Amino acid sequence: MTKVMAQLAMVMNLDKCIGCHTCSVTCKQAWTNRAGTEYVWFNNVETRPGQGYPRTYQDQEKWRGGWELNHRGRLQLKAGGRLRKLFSIFANPLMPSIQDYYEPWTYDYDRLFSAPMQDDTPVARPKSLITGENTKISWSANWDDNLAGGPELAPADPVLRKLSDQVKLEFEQAFMFYLPRICEHCLNPSCVASCPSGAMYKRSEDGIVLVDQDRCRGWRMCVTGCPYKKVYFNHKTGKAEKCTFCYPRVEVGIPTVCSETCVGRLRYIGLILYDADRVAEAASVPDEKDLYEAQRSVLLDPNDPEVIAAARAEGIPEDWLEAARRSPIYKLIFDFGVALPLHPEYRTMPMVWYIPPLSPVVDVLSGTGHDGEDADNLFGAIDALRIPIGYLAELFTAGDPEPVRNVLRRLAAMRSYMRQINLGRERDESIATAVGMTGERVEEMYRLLAIAAYSERYVIPKAHAEQGARLEESMSGCSLDFEGGPGMGGPFGEASGMPVPVAVENFHALKDRQTTGALVDPEDRQNRVNLLNWDGKGTPDGLFPDKNGRKEP
Amino acid sequence: MAGMDGPIDDALLRLGRHLRPGEVSADLRTLHQIGGRQGDAFYRDRWSHDKVVRSTHGVNCTGSCSWKVYVKDGIITWESQQTDYPSVGPDRPEYEPRGCPRGAAFSWYTYSPTRVRYPYARGVLVEMYREAKARLGDPVAAWADVTSDPERRRRYQSARGKGGLVRISWDEATEMIAAAHVHTIEAHGPDRVAGFSPIPAMSMVSHASGARFVSLIGGTMLSFYDWYADLPVASPQVFGDQTDVPESADWWDAAYLMLWGSNVPVTRTPDAHYMTEARYRGQKVVVVSPDYSDATKFADEWLAPHPGTDGALAMAMGHVILKEFFVDRQVPYFTDYVKRHSDLPFLVTLDERDGVHVPAKFLTAADLGEDGTEAAFKTVLVDRVTGEPAVPNGSLGFRYSAEGEGRWNLDLGEVDPLLTLDGTGDAESVTVALPRFDQPEGDGVLRRDVPARRIAGRLVTTVFDLMLAQYGVSRTGTPGAQSSSYEDATAPYTPAWQEAITGVPAAKAVKIAREFARTAEESGGRSMIIMGAGTNHWFHSDTIYRCFLALTTLTGCQGVNGGGWAHYVGQEKCRPITGWAQMAFGLDWVRPPRQMIGTAYWYLHTDQWRYDTYSADTVSSPLGGGAFTGKSTADLLSQSARMGWMPSYPTFDRNSLDLAGEAAAAGQETGAYVAEQAGSGKLGFACEDPDAPGNWPRVLTVWRANLLGSSAKGNEYFLRHLLGTDSSVRAEEAAPEQRPDDVRWHEEAPQGKLDLLLSLDFRMTSTTLFSDIVLPAATWYEKHDLSSTDMHPFVHAFSPAIDPPWQTRTDFAAFQAIAKKFSALAGPRLGVRQDVVAVPLLHDTADELATPHGHVRDWRQTGEVPVPGRNFPKIVTVERDYGAVAEKMASLGPLADRLGATTKGITYDVAGEMDRLRGMNGTVHGGVADGRPSLARDTDMCEAILALSGTTNGHLAAQGFATLARRTGTGFDGLADEHKKITFADTQARPVPVTTSPEWSGSETGGRRYSAFTINVEHRKPWHTLTGRQHFFLDHDWMHEAGEALPIYRPPLNMTVLFGEPGIGEGGEQGITVRYLTPHSKWSIHSEYQDNLLMLTLSRGGPTIWMSPADAARAGIRDNDWVEALNRNGVVVARAIVSHRMPTGTVYMYHAQERVVDVPKTEASGRRGGIHNSLTRLMIKPTHLIGGYAQLSFAFNYLGPTGNQRDEITVIRRRSQEVDY
Repeated sequence: MTKVMAQLAMVMNLDKCIGCHTCSVTCKQAWTNRAGTEYVWFNNVETRPGQGYPRTYQDQEKWRGGWELNHRGRLQLKAGGRLRKLFSIFANPLMPSIQDYYEPWTYDYDRLFSAPMQDDTPVARPKSLITGENTKISWSANWDDNLAGGPELAPADPVLRKLSDQVKLEFEQAFMFYLPRICEHCLNPSCVASCPSGAMYKRSEDGIVLVDQDRCRGWRMCVTGCPYKKVYFNHKTGKAEKCTFCYPRVEVGIPTVCSETCVGRLRYIGLILYDADRVAEAASVPDEKDLYEAQRSVLLDPNDPEVIAAARAEGIPEDWLEAARRSPIYKLIFDFGVALPLHPEYRTMPMVWYIPPLSPVVDVLSGTGHDGEDADNLFGAIDALRIPIGYLAELFTAGDPEPVRNVLRRLAAMRSYMRQINLGRERDESIATAVGMTGERVEEMYRLLAIAAYSERYVIPKAHAEQGARLEESMSGCSLDFEGGPGMGGPFGEASGMPVPVAVENFHALKDRQTTGALVDPEDRQNRVNLLNWDGKGTPDGLFPDKNGRKEP
Repeated sequence: MAGMDGPIDDALLRLGRHLRPGEVSADLRTLHQIGGRQGDAFYRDRWSHDKVVRSTHGVNCTGSCSWKVYVKDGIITWESQQTDYPSVGPDRPEYEPRGCPRGAAFSWYTYSPTRVRYPYARGVLVEMYREAKARLGDPVAAWADVTSDPERRRRYQSARGKGGLVRISWDEATEMIAAAHVHTIEAHGPDRVAGFSPIPAMSMVSHASGARFVSLIGGTMLSFYDWYADLPVASPQVFGDQTDVPESADWWDAAYLMLWGSNVPVTRTPDAHYMTEARYRGQKVVVVSPDYSDATKFADEWLAPHPGTDGALAMAMGHVILKEFFVDRQVPYFTDYVKRHSDLPFLVTLDERDGVHVPAKFLTAADLGEDGTEAAFKTVLVDRVTGEPAVPNGSLGFRYSAEGEGRWNLDLGEVDPLLTLDGTGDAESVTVALPRFDQPEGDGVLRRDVPARRIAGRLVTTVFDLMLAQYGVSRTGTPGAQSSSYEDATAPYTPAWQEAITGVPAAKAVKIAREFARTAEESGGRSMIIMGAGTNHWFHSDTIYRCFLALTTLTGCQGVNGGGWAHYVGQEKCRPITGWAQMAFGLDWVRPPRQMIGTAYWYLHTDQWRYDTYSADTVSSPLGGGAFTGKSTADLLSQSARMGWMPSYPTFDRNSLDLAGEAAAAGQETGAYVAEQAGSGKLGFACEDPDAPGNWPRVLTVWRANLLGSSAKGNEYFLRHLLGTDSSVRAEEAAPEQRPDDVRWHEEAPQGKLDLLLSLDFRMTSTTLFSDIVLPAATWYEKHDLSSTDMHPFVHAFSPAIDPPWQTRTDFAAFQAIAKKFSALAGPRLGVRQDVVAVPLLHDTADELATPHGHVRDWRQTGEVPVPGRNFPKIVTVERDYGAVAEKMASLGPLADRLGATTKGITYDVAGEMDRLRGMNGTVHGGVADGRPSLARDTDMCEAILALSGTTNGHLAAQGFATLARRTGTGFDGLADEHKKITFADTQARPVPVTTSPEWSGSETGGRRYSAFTINVEHRKPWHTLTGRQHFFLDHDWMHEAGEALPIYRPPLNMTVLFGEPGIGEGGEQGITVRYLTPHSKWSIHSEYQDNLLMLTLSRGGPTIWMSPADAARAGIRDNDWVEALNRNGVVVARAIVSHRMPTGTVYMYHAQERVVDVPKTEASGRRGGIHNSLTRLMIKPTHLIGGYAQLSFAFNYLGPTGNQRDEITVIRRRSQEVDY
């Protein structure tokens, strides 16, 4: 008997990612531009090779996120069982420090207005948002963007370290690609399992992993538990926060902010059906290299009548089943076989998958005539690409190069096959056959990867409001009186909300800016508010012109 | 069964999980929660909003992306991209979403601490002004009093950029501004007032608001496209067009795509997907970039030439293409294309000089004995069938004359042009001498053979034959020094030759060239080069580009969807250009406006010319005629001005308001009077004495721009001479023998020419910091406006998400306020005046016929009395009613009805649109504009722009094509969508595609993607050039003087030779010398966003310089160390980014990192570090000053000297890590 559950999943085609970070910015602007979450990027983009955010998070020997198998072959949290956790609850040593993320900062922009007549040009100098003191900026959420600091910083990349012999960080062999990351909304989420309060949960209807802000007690075990470091601690509210898969949007059929605003058009959202009863078994296969296939084996064919029947039995609505059948995610994972999970060896069964990137051939080999788009040497070129296959394999297949190689061959074959058509030549079916596809299938894949319109990239079933009663099972107490909730005086933003620990707030920085001596009219100074973290809630004093115009000169 | 480990854990978990609703998985791994989600209400609340408003960003990024701006409780909260662009067809990716991280971070500015909320002015100036006004009782007198007293003048000028800004009221600010304008016009002349606001397409109304004010009062609008060095001068040279390029969706059509000096993911972020996706249909992508750039990730091949040597690589590729596709084998498609659409078959005379022949001039009908002015502009070729010379239609000689009507077209009729004279009749082999610039040593001359014959008594050959000689491609039967081997590294322009220069393997150059041409052959011209600032900001970029364009024209790619050049630097395509121009230059009230070449303006008025320690003949060919010998660049500039080639404002050494009266008093026609006065030396040109106080620019208004934080090449010279404040210039002025002959030298260079620097902005920039008055501007989310770009075919709207907050105002409202105050002060003081405007010889007019054969005859040298419009600027007297400026600003004047609206030589009768505009905008009652359509509101101006342009008013487009058809004699029926009339409301609802119009060269009819010149190719419409075809050969005297008659490689300038800077690679621990490049940044659009906290957080939080590990090691620099970069122009302090993606010997300081954020004081100067442009300076290339000859004639932002800056070098060194702010 199969227990069918539905999961909203995402695929990102890294071959198209231009590393622009629009996803990061729109996400941050929408969700985390507020006090307590200055350093939080639900969505971030990493240059690879590079240390990532927080730095070296992929080093699970250090951070001990995710799952491992114990000597009996059973899953256990890598950071230790819950018992040990409960004992260490007040001293969690396996947390990235703020320096591992980065120490958020701002600038005393006000000097540009308020500087008195002086002997040099005024300038806004950086101030730590942690201490309020002057600072030299030495790390950020994206410090090693585009191989910045490469020779000094990239060797600490935990992925690179695994293949350091093969990779030289030199101009002639330079390579990079971008890895956008959100919460993986795993089928086997170690963050949820880590939470001592039961505050983290996976939504039953679509698998989105959330933190119940009501329940969260700020133990931060989820931060440790998540091997992707995609659960964050809000310093102001003392609660964990994380990517919500934009549930207020996807519930009404709108894609996540990061997807809709992705100008590389590399993100796909769709539904996946899976067998919830087989998750643990699949996550427990002994050989890490088998995890990719094991994870695929949990996912169900939405066209299979038995699956459909079982899904209906679970109460999954018809339009959701239709969405599952149209799912671009399913097509990319199965029909075209080009999407791979990120770090399956963490055994969390991540549900944000990736198509690995092609890259130019290394110069020294181009004399041999290796061309990515040329059918004649299509496959010779794959191993000559600048991005080492081994690197991609460490990311997506627990080090097994063969699945990565197969994906890259399919992408290359698509280019070669389509070039024939582009130039008005005969279709060459042999190119498709060589990668285990048909020409027709290659053309379908081309359509989805190259052309797919908004409605094809995002196939998102809407939430069923008529089932609201089931979804909104009653809770005791007032729904508004969670900490920082409206019942408690407005949740976020420095202009409202709860008192906060000075050490993690920008209070001093703000105060300094607003009280230092300056030529500017004191009345005017009151009219300035630091809005770096203001989230659009409330109307702090001085933010807007006085309605009766009293302060106008 | 798999499960969780440990019974105790399980027990605890079960216990915990029973305390709340939900479903724990049987294996206890996870919790599926069904109810109890109220705790997440926060996120639902945060997502909720009251409305979504469509707007965009006006930031010269070319993006022109449509955005959703979210508003909640009257507050802008954030933005995300619109996804509702009209479809571009089912077979290609759509334009959605378009945007980038910078645009996504924009709303941060709205309420940010760097937002300018109120008017500000320098306290010391305000105090002195108030005192003087109290004493004198009059604003204009007060302004004159303060600014003409040297001591008080010095006091406020030297305080520029040093804090001390105070809030003032709008009333007082506009009064001071108006007073400054009135005083300047009265005391010095209206052309001493200037406005700088670039890139109209990025917000047309905001641009036009100020430009209209400046133009109506007779002030000077400064060009920007050439000043930015974004203008590819090769475009007017080759195409006779400013720039016209395919939209991004047309990249998709390319079968072969080269990204050459263009980092598409960073600089074309919204459209990069067309490139990544086109790879999936088998497009091959080649990236040519000196660093491992963002684009390189997508390349199939990466070529990394040394910076600035791209021309050498392109020449070698041209060599391969000429040899393999024209000589060894002929490709019918290519041959037919170049015969019809290029100047290759045309005949060029060969002059004998010192025993050899040199290419001289196009043979014309005049040489064949035809009479008339136009005969010298009808070029000649040889018909293969008859073997006789033929004068085909389409050359410039058919464009303006009565007998040319119906014949300005590319019809060849029965004529089959001969490309080569080789093997024809009496052709003989003649040795020609050609210049070369690739060797620092040597005589700089190549000797190569061409087949030639005598026609009309002249020895002639074809451009094609010259091209083969130039590229060194040998052919059977023609002896000579041409190379036959790609491996011959000693013969210029072979693949092996370029390898030594560029570092790109010869085999690779051959391979790419071959593939490029083969793909074009197979696909009918679908090979494309996206070229960008990396190759366009060099001193000799016009030569680099001509080498590129040779590749695309030879292979028949221009005017083909998916093919040709795709030059992108700057949002230069204001699609509704005709209506915008009427608004911006007040053409509906007064013509002509004053429009100045920005580079020359800054070069003179920031006194950078005084630091030219080299002679203008530095650029000369050894085969030149000596036109530049002994001259300084400033001399050539003055020559260009007095010949009427380029505009020159301020023009004369006296007030232009006085000249008409003087002429009348002398009883002479004004033009004749002015010419005579100038000819006799009684009337001087201001550009010949730019340091005389009477010739200084006095009032400068900057809006929608950040001159001093972004585009000011030679930033420190601006500070010293234009503004009169501290600078870090270290350069020596020219020694006496190096100084100009025609430009007067003052022993002491002036410091502080400007009386008033006014800026309008919404954030604090390097320009506002140095301004005397700063007006608070509405942001792009707070106003109505229009946006368009070359990257997509739509026009769309800015709309206010909120009304301008605090005391901010839209540019439209600000200039209306200034105009009202100005009119009130000026009416009584200035009244109605006759203003004498000197107008240069203009492109797309018969002025192009002023200089037959490009023979330069300088009246000053010959002693002739100059003739306005021939060898002297045209002299036009216009009436200025200074009291009525505000009324004219706010209404659509009658001149538009009477004279029509002209764009690129086609005049549109717009009288029929006025009633519609009255209906939409309302009618003015009373005053000078009684009965005219109103322009009282910004939306009125939007409607007027749309109604008066062919692209947005199909009726006008159809009318324009009918007009064009009369001249060409060919048909354009069905191209325009005659019934399309786009209104502003349409653009607010959704981006609207424009219609095909003769204002541009490509067709969009039937929903096809825009590609430049498709109308030329498909409808036999000539290019706007001498031959009417694309030019490989340029025969103007000065082009020969520069040795650039043909495509050629010129290396980057040698700063060691020119200025005594150390050589690249010199140095060690104390600092090493490197090439200094300033590419466009990933984290900003020019200076915009570089101060934005989101962008700073995603990058390194302040100014940085990228360098290679090898260079860093030599100078003892580690990643994130503070470093200083310094040369004679200034000094910069920044932090180092050490990366192996950088080539050794070159550093990048990404463009427009300002001095506002995290810039300490330097060790070198003890003063605040500079901006990226503190290390650069202007160097004018003389050939950019040519005018009055065919396509080499001036038009605003079409032709002019570029403000290039790529050739610069710097010393970079580690500094003390203790920094002081």
